Amino acid sequence: MMEFLSRPWPWYVAGPLVGLMVPLLLVLGNKLFGISSNLRHACAAVLPTRGLAYFRYDWRREGGWNLALALGIIGGGLLAGTALRNPQPVAISAATVADLQRLGLHDFRGLVPAELFNWSALLSGRGLALLVGGGFLVGFGTAYAGGCTSGHALTGVADLQKPSMPAMAAFFVGGIIGTWVLLPLILA
Amino acid sequence: MSAPLISDAPPVVPAAREASAGSWRSLLLYFAVGVAFGVVITKGELISWFRIQEMFRFQGFHMYGIFLTALPVAILTTQLLKRSHARTLGGEPIQLPPKTMGRGIRYAVGGTLFGLGWALTGACPGPLFALWGSGVGVIGVAIVSAMLGTWAYGWLRPRLPH
Repeated sequence: MMEFLSRPWPWYVAGPLVGLMVPLLLVLGNKLFGISSNLRHACAAVLPTRGLAYFRYDWRREGGWNLALALGIIGGGLLAGTALRNPQPVAISAATVADLQRLGLHDFRGLVPAELFNWSALLSGRGLALLVGGGFLVGFGTAYAGGCTSGHALTGVADLQKPSMPAMAAFFVGGIIGTWVLLPLILA
Repeated sequence: MSAPLISDAPPVVPAAREASAGSWRSLLLYFAVGVAFGVVITKGELISWFRIQEMFRFQGFHMYGIFLTALPVAILTTQLLKRSHARTLGGEPIQLPPKTMGRGIRYAVGGTLFGLGWALTGACPGPLFALWGSGVGVIGVAIVSAMLGTWAYGWLRPRLPH
């Protein structure tokens, strides 16, 4: 039983469930699935926003439900990362393992490479670049693009919104440049 | 087109929704939906930095399988809801506000910058939260940094082309 619960879920189980988030939130309360809005709500809630029209709105009323959802995601990660935890390394392809080894990674346990994502790595240039730089780009890019993977690639595409197609394409262009150009530079 | 014309403002909340939006019961409901989603993306390994690398290197099918099943499910169900003029459980009409194309610069430039960050952190916003919950404490730094990135956009917004 425990072995069954700890097993990772295949794409054909996880994928449809992810897709169902869009209609579920619409039916529950006409809510648009889009997680990055929470970054904006969080800014509106805790950061100085004087003179910044982008953050001057009632974040409790507009974003309360979404912040609750984000807290839930943290709880879901906790549940799946403890009680349902998969003790095995993520079964990525041998080709990816070989590529990452060439970039100097050795530890393939867990969901993120422990060599890069730990507190002491923050003192190194590469840790800073990945966590602080990468995080900043995610937050700036998603706000500029008006949505992230959930808001554009899922909700926007599901609603056949024209802007979401180029946005999704741009996400991939950026991801490919980040993987093939930036990452080797950072890890060199 | 100047920036303020682009509707990025959160949609105006009708009175009926406003009444329910703040209630603890409804917040608890969305929290529960979040828990379910957090479990799905963690067990489905969407939040794995390694899986994102595999995807951007075109070396595995897993993430593409996720997109290729999630998208049709989302498209079919959403279009069905729209075309049948379905209502929410609370009885309101389901409406999806259109996104403005503008000159499209925001989607190309913002999208690419987002993609760069996605490759480096191995996570988009949902996975950032799930990773933090799953015990990768240091990802909290990326979350705070993402907040600062969003704040920087809010600050630069009047001067950026959209």
